[in-house]
Amino acid sequence: MLAPITHILPISSIQRERLLPQPGRVVVRKGQKVNPPDVVAEVNLTPEHLLLDIARGLGVSHEKADRFLQCKEGEQLSEGDIVAGPVGVARRVVRAPHGGRVVLAGSGQVLLEVESRPFELKAGISGVVIELIEDRGVIIETNGALIQGVWGNGRIDYGLLTILARSADDPLTADRLDVSFRGSVVLGGYCADPEVITAGNDLPLRGMILASMDSALVGVALKAKYPIILTEGLGKLPMNSAAYKLLSTNGRRETSLIADAWDRLAGTRPEIIIPLPAASELQPPHEADTFKAGQQVRVIRAPYKSQTGILLGVYPGLAALPNGLRTRAAEIRLESGETPLIPLANLEVLE
Amino acid sequence: MTTSLIDADSLLAIDVGSVNTRAMLFDIVDGRYRFVAVGSSPTTAGLPYRDIGEGVHRALERLQDVTGRILLGSDARLITPSQGGGGVDACVATFSAGKPMRVVAVGLLENVSAESAQNLMNTTYAQVVETLSLNDRRKQSSRIDAILRSRPDLIIVAGGTEGGASHSVMNLIEAIGLACYLFPQEARPEVLFAGNQALAGEAKASLESIASLHMAPNIRPTLDQEQLEPAGAELAQIFRSVCARQISGVQELDMWTGGHLTPTATAFGRMARFLQKAWQKTVLAVDLGASATTVAAATSNDLTLGVYPRLGLGESLAGLLSLCSVEEINRWLAVDIPETAIRNYLYNKAIYPASLPATAEDLQLEQALGRQLLYLAVRKTLSGKASTQSPAWAAGILSGFDRIIGAGSALTNTTSLGQSLLMMLDGLQPVRLCRMYLDQNNLLAALGAAAARNPTLAVQASESGILLHLGTVVSPFGDAPYGTPCLRVKITYESGDTASMDIKYGSLEVIPLPMGQRAAIHLLPLHDFDIGAGGPGKSGKIPDTFGGALGGIIIDARGRPLRLPADPARRRELHKKWLSALGG
Repeated sequence: MLAPITHILPISSIQRERLLPQPGRVVVRKGQKVNPPDVVAEVNLTPEHLLLDIARGLGVSHEKADRFLQCKEGEQLSEGDIVAGPVGVARRVVRAPHGGRVVLAGSGQVLLEVESRPFELKAGISGVVIELIEDRGVIIETNGALIQGVWGNGRIDYGLLTILARSADDPLTADRLDVSFRGSVVLGGYCADPEVITAGNDLPLRGMILASMDSALVGVALKAKYPIILTEGLGKLPMNSAAYKLLSTNGRRETSLIADAWDRLAGTRPEIIIPLPAASELQPPHEADTFKAGQQVRVIRAPYKSQTGILLGVYPGLAALPNGLRTRAAEIRLESGETPLIPLANLEVLE
Repeated sequence: MTTSLIDADSLLAIDVGSVNTRAMLFDIVDGRYRFVAVGSSPTTAGLPYRDIGEGVHRALERLQDVTGRILLGSDARLITPSQGGGGVDACVATFSAGKPMRVVAVGLLENVSAESAQNLMNTTYAQVVETLSLNDRRKQSSRIDAILRSRPDLIIVAGGTEGGASHSVMNLIEAIGLACYLFPQEARPEVLFAGNQALAGEAKASLESIASLHMAPNIRPTLDQEQLEPAGAELAQIFRSVCARQISGVQELDMWTGGHLTPTATAFGRMARFLQKAWQKTVLAVDLGASATTVAAATSNDLTLGVYPRLGLGESLAGLLSLCSVEEINRWLAVDIPETAIRNYLYNKAIYPASLPATAEDLQLEQALGRQLLYLAVRKTLSGKASTQSPAWAAGILSGFDRIIGAGSALTNTTSLGQSLLMMLDGLQPVRLCRMYLDQNNLLAALGAAAARNPTLAVQASESGILLHLGTVVSPFGDAPYGTPCLRVKITYESGDTASMDIKYGSLEVIPLPMGQRAAIHLLPLHDFDIGAGGPGKSGKIPDTFGGALGGIIIDARGRPLRLPADPARRRELHKKWLSALGG
């Protein structure tokens, strides 16, 4: 059976697509070195248009109006520029009410795209642009540690990693966020207090990595000005030991948080990337696998949620679960030493 | 590749769902079509594969392992027609993976044609993200911006009754045309014109050169008439092309089926209609899926299809609490689970939609969610048709269905048939008399896809036991203090033995009748209760009733709508008692 993979890697070659949500303009070149805040592509996601009725403005018929047009499609106009006219003894004209680009002109009308701030797609990580994807974005390559999360609040930033979690499920409280953490990315365990999130806004933080948080905090986390990534999920869940060990030993390093929502179809997932120098040429990690003995796996659902272990073998046929359901399952040796049967649907390979 | 099903023997049905891809084989056994086996694999529409082909091939390989029949050639293509015991003669496919289509609904009046556009979108995997009508008073440029910002896959124009206003509709069409022009070529939405036919020519002239335009008959020809079915066929085609554009492998699968890849919900609805005709009985079929909950209500002259992507058991669960409260989910639980845990569960299941409940508590929660999703989806479907159908529907009472079929893994993947039936009874709450079935291998949509081209297969396969008859359910309708006798039942077995009992209001009972055995049942409602025999208090006889898999006639006298005790302990006790009555 096909196995989903979550990457928790101390060092690897990492290639990441950074794509605009709709076609736009790529503003970097192949081979260019980029840093997390650099803009790699842009698009106007919230366009604003004005439809100018030239005929009415000039007081002539739609057929005649086109003769008085003073602009062409594609032309950039500034506020107050003459769009059409003059007409008659009063020399009536139609002027651009705002600066913008003429996208259509004809039949007595002009459609003006008003200047507005485009959406800027940031690089998110330090690396080199290895491929340009026409009108959509880039592929950036870097070397470093990679930890994939399960939930993100949609923001991107980077900063020095500060370890606040004393254990994998250490509760993070607002009183532990003091001014010395301003501009850093903090690693916490579990969070149930909305004030922690708001305190992060006030400092401000550049990012927050948590094992888990209470679902009541989702609303406030989505509004946070900095990226928040959960490695396990919602509820009180300890961070899996592989991720905790890796993150807690990388304090004071530059850490990028791409807290995209996990969207399997769009190909986005919340990720923590810590750029590191590589002694030799590295290969990108496997993205596809099937379940087999010897793999390190993580349990993604109760019981044993967030625990890691080694897959001892896939059970032949269907196995009966304690609740009576029958499904394909595997025997796992958990870190606790237990060897339960876990449904394959509730496992993912850690690689 | 052969695509004709005429004289075909074996048929492969492939269903690509948002979580699983299944390959189902039907073949002739002893001169009749039978379901042979199923192979399944995780769907591979997303990363790392980004091509549904991998999941399809894996499911086919699994089917090969199960049946020993070679289906894939050395070139990894489907062997068709069958040769030397391998391959298949025909292939059909259904599809529900991917995100719901983003739709801009354009209608002249918000509560007339725009509403009909919304109703049409409810028949497929779609989400209306913007509505344009004359009521909204936005300037033309604001309308253009609204379309551009909503980035639709489809714009449906349903403006104007036949012979009605034309200038206003053309204004809206102008906004659509300008917006389409401004989209980059590869991001231009499909446009479906299903409005005033007098404007079809002008709409075509305005839009044809800048958008992929589809034409369909008016979905709202008069103020009080709505006809969705002809446009529905066009919608299926649009869904196919939108999916093919967004997800790799869809086009190839469509080719395997000769261009007849069908939205799963459409095929599911078609099969409900088909069974209605075959049985000459009204049919309600519900499918609790990860991508959506689908409701198909087939009566003699109509099919009402409701597809609700926001009511799926997968990724959409994170948004369920915007449609109902935690208490409404909690009310279905027989165990005490804190509301915080329920909320966390919804988010975690949305993160891992393919995961399975492995503890008794998780299974209870999953089934409580199933009940609530059924409850919401059925009431949404019925309320949409309330004005044109039945006053009972308007009151949220599910009446008038002779046969009710449940499908979807939440209903079929239970540890007892009693659990499946109780989920359906709690979520749907049918009244009076009906037979309940379980689509135990989730084949209904596959048969619906096959039915369009090979009705014999659909008939014979559906008669071969794929629909498990759970039992006949009698739900007397009325009101009385709990504990009051509301129905007297007399059952006469084939042996001539008889039994009689009074049913108390508020109870759920099973009168023993072993599976397959027949009995005559006489029902005498008490205290003006109604069993559908011509009015309150009227008695009725079911001369030839079969025992179902639950081993009896189920009398659900718990009342409609089902009123659960406010006291959590008492409520949980009742849930346990009711499940125990159905065999645990």
